[in-house]
Amino acid sequence: MTQPQFLRLAETDRTALAYELDGEPASALAGDTIMTAILTRRGHLRMSEFGDGARAGFCLMGACQDCWVTLGDGRRVRACSTLVSAGLVVRTVPPPIAPAAPASAAGP
Amino acid sequence: MTMPRVVIVGAGPAGTRAALTLARYGLKPVILDEAPRQGGQIYRRPPAQGGFRRDARTLYGFEAKKAERLHRDFDEKQAAFEHRPEMLVWEIEPGRLHGYRHADNRRFSLEWEALILATGATDRVIPLPGWTKPGVYSLGGTQVALKYQGCAVGRRVAFLGSGPLLYLVAYQYAKAGGEVAGVLDTAPWSAKVAALPALAAAAPATLAKGLWYLAWLKSRRIPVVNQVRPLEVNGAERVAGIAFDTPRGSDSLVCDALAMGWGLRSESQLAELAGCRMVFDPLNRQWLPERDPDGRATGPKQIYLAGDGTGIAGADAAELAGELAALALLADRGTAVDRGRQAELRQGLARIHRFRQALETAFPYPQALAAALPNGAILCRCENVTAGELRATAQIDATELNRAKAYCRVGMGRCQGRVCGPAAAEILAAALGKPVEAVGRLRAQPPVKPIPLEPLSGEAIAEAAPPSLTFSLEGPGEENAEPRA
Repeated sequence: MTQPQFLRLAETDRTALAYELDGEPASALAGDTIMTAILTRRGHLRMSEFGDGARAGFCLMGACQDCWVTLGDGRRVRACSTLVSAGLVVRTVPPPIAPAAPASAAGP
Repeated sequence: MTMPRVVIVGAGPAGTRAALTLARYGLKPVILDEAPRQGGQIYRRPPAQGGFRRDARTLYGFEAKKAERLHRDFDEKQAAFEHRPEMLVWEIEPGRLHGYRHADNRRFSLEWEALILATGATDRVIPLPGWTKPGVYSLGGTQVALKYQGCAVGRRVAFLGSGPLLYLVAYQYAKAGGEVAGVLDTAPWSAKVAALPALAAAAPATLAKGLWYLAWLKSRRIPVVNQVRPLEVNGAERVAGIAFDTPRGSDSLVCDALAMGWGLRSESQLAELAGCRMVFDPLNRQWLPERDPDGRATGPKQIYLAGDGTGIAGADAAELAGELAALALLADRGTAVDRGRQAELRQGLARIHRFRQALETAFPYPQALAAALPNGAILCRCENVTAGELRATAQIDATELNRAKAYCRVGMGRCQGRVCGPAAAEILAAALGKPVEAVGRLRAQPPVKPIPLEPLSGEAIAEAAPPSLTFSLEGPGEENAEPRA
């Protein structure tokens, strides 16, 4: 899945900016959506919750909700309609949910 | 005299013209729009950041002048209304609506006295075995990648579907230097021939543009295949090709991306939540909010509807309908409006409607194709529900879509059935042996799109009087909520 999905055809002389993708430094162009930033380097955005493989978005206009990624502050956003900014932290794998407080004495 | 608070939802061609019309008569409407910049989808502008430089001709082709006019008119009149971008409206109650601002992760609520809903449309798609693989995109989304980002969705893109947008986007990709693997048109040849006289009579310029794109593609030796029946998306982990049948036998194209779309579907959820009466529209094969020819909603008072959110008619019609709805609103409030202009707008809309009927004859929605999705194929991509799982609900007692949704979760996911809804209705109707209108529609539920879950402390309400509105905003949410099922 390392082959990028998107291909830049125009407007390639925009300023580069640095952000963080899954803990690694990454580079995008100013004005890129998170989706463009990721898919010009990778073949997918996230793994399906149902174990049926990778997803790379679908509608690109904020309707299908198939391009969710997680930001450093824990917020989930649509990669297609969120612009990447310098220093942004993006995760394609959501952080694990903190375990709930243990239930009181179990057992029948 | 106090000024009524008029809220317009959507800043595409309909919402923009509505706002400009109200401003011309001295009102100062609030425009809430989910996008960061005005223009809607068809006239979407590249991001303000980054220094995008392509001109209107490159971005919008034959529609460049219209796009420029809509953008310029809006920009020049900025002071005459309150444009609030990046605002998702997710619930409408009598006199009050609820929203969420993406930019800073805050919720808001706003009182309204009159409302113009100009919510637009998204692609109408037909699921296909393998369509959840990375590299399959909606046709409109494929265009957005190029227009908004200067990107192609793949190195070699195949285009599948029917309707004018299919040829337009394929042309735009090839023109921008992208490789187009081919155009696969599912429309029956006989239907196109039958519709030609009506298309030529109702909109010769539009027909000429379509034929021009087709000729341009053929002159570049880009394969254009007619009467296609798609079979499946090839590829293990990502798109590697598309297999299809034609009247001359089976065939396939090698590609690493597939764009697909069969016309558009209206975004009607907010109108439904606002209490508008929903009726089945045979032309669009969709349940739509009912309105009179000027855009007054049937049912709730002071709600007006304009543009593709009330049935697909395109950007030109949306501009006319936005202006007409604004004039209706003004007239209902006792303002003397230009009756001659109203008559002109009604005539213009009637003409476009005739063309739209001819277009639907030429490129009919292939409901049989949707209904024939194989049992093992994923229908609902949010919840991974297969066509077979939906058909099985018909064997229990799912006589309409919402019951089927309760049984198998089709349309229950975070897109709320926007993507799979039209096909799901066709599959269930076919399984029950009923016409599609008999299975009803997936009911709209707030929030119409996912928003962060807030604590139950309640949200602040904007109470300031117009024209200078201040929005009271709540703090950031802690986790995301999915739409209520």
